[in-house]
Amino acid sequence: MPETVTVMVNGVSVTMPAGSMVSAAILKTGKTTFRRSVSGEPRGPLCGMGICFECRVTIDGEAHCRSCQTVCKDGMDVRTDG
Amino acid sequence: MADVLVIGAGPAGLAAAYRAAQAGSTVTVVDDNPAAGGQIWRGELAKPASREARAWFEKIRSVDIAFINGARVFQQPRAGTLLAETSEGVIELNYDSLVLATGARERFLPFPGWTLPNVMGAGGLQALVKTGLPIEGKRVVVAGSGPLLLAVAAYLRTRGAHVLLIAEQAALRQLAKFGLGLVGKMSQAFSLKRQLRGVGYMSGCWVVAAHGAGKLESVTLFRGGKRWQVPCDYLACGFHLVPNVELAELLLCLVENGRVRVDQYQQTSVANIYGAGEVTGIGGLELSLVEGEIAGLAAAGKHDDARGLFPVREQQRKFARLLNNTFTLRDELRQLSAAETIVCRCEDVTFERLREHHSWRAAKLQTRCGMGPCQGRVCGGAVEFLFGWRAESVRPPALPVRVESLISSAE
Repeated sequence: MPETVTVMVNGVSVTMPAGSMVSAAILKTGKTTFRRSVSGEPRGPLCGMGICFECRVTIDGEAHCRSCQTVCKDGMDVRTDG
Repeated sequence: MADVLVIGAGPAGLAAAYRAAQAGSTVTVVDDNPAAGGQIWRGELAKPASREARAWFEKIRSVDIAFINGARVFQQPRAGTLLAETSEGVIELNYDSLVLATGARERFLPFPGWTLPNVMGAGGLQALVKTGLPIEGKRVVVAGSGPLLLAVAAYLRTRGAHVLLIAEQAALRQLAKFGLGLVGKMSQAFSLKRQLRGVGYMSGCWVVAAHGAGKLESVTLFRGGKRWQVPCDYLACGFHLVPNVELAELLLCLVENGRVRVDQYQQTSVANIYGAGEVTGIGGLELSLVEGEIAGLAAAGKHDDARGLFPVREQQRKFARLLNNTFTLRDELRQLSAAETIVCRCEDVTFERLREHHSWRAAKLQTRCGMGPCQGRVCGGAVEFLFGWRAESVRPPALPVRVESLISSAE
């Protein structure tokens, strides 16, 4: 198994240790707003364990993916919503 | 032998699975996370960080257990069958006996600024760092309540974080009581003490506000009548833990005071459905393990063997009682929210809009509090503490699922 994976976050390439979660990759690019709340507030990960749904983003075209429960795969296209 | 299905691959679930498999049952473990280990042993399957984790992973590998990771159980279409959503679609899981080891989550309490990005749970930030977030050189305030704060601070430090301080809301006299009952846990506490050398641990201290433009920049702390501001990159804040009882409720298991009620064999009020670990009440790693072992043995019909573990469990329960008494939340924390502070983050419902209601049901109908994607899993722990409200029922699906999953479950 290769030791790193590279994903794209909003078009920016980021390399992570294999097994990393998408949420960690997004934060590593310096992006802290993962989505906008129903009233437009910036939001990012809270629980880190799949409970709160605050870290949801679009992954490979699929909306509302919990980035804290999704393992990075090479070439993954991640889009934040805010 | 019976088919035993275990929901949750944390310590309780792994212990149950191991004991049931050892007794000859056909065992399947289902978990929402990408890998086994639960929260405490997250990411440790390949590289255990403690002797205990290593020993349990070795035990698990010594028996035949089927693992299904990344699967979320959301419905029981009929007795003995559960449906779970995976990235490949819906799967059907059948069982003779079921062990619910769904663990716990952090309790979050609202305060001004708590919705800012980079304000996270204590376990939340730890999970992120365990799964790849670089924390080296970052300034972190760890706050809230419970023994988890110490473990998180120690872990973050080993990864190079500047842990500025640990703010524990419990008073010193409560903590002293806990310390005396901690004899059995000394070795663990001792290594934490070494790892935490030089980090301020403030009892009777809590965060009253988080500040920042678009993301966290500083927090205001409060202790003994004084307030002061601390610039930081992350706030790791959780107020002890809340059992994850939603699946148990969906299966009509009796839940009392937020915990799944179990008998001496860890069986819930529903025959052949067992509960083990934090879902039956917050008690820590050792209690979770022994409850899991008892549940696994009982689920496999080995009641005599299960009885042999009762004394160990009794001892651990004493520790659990002490733990929960020590980290009881103080009344002042109910006053943290301002009128415009958001309580329900999914639907952006403010404190002001909630306090005029008398029950969660009324609040839900009027404000949608607790009706967003998390289904009240975050605000539930808060409104319980703030207003004394409890969820009345869980309806399928227990978690948000894709429309195609619902359609296939109806077929």
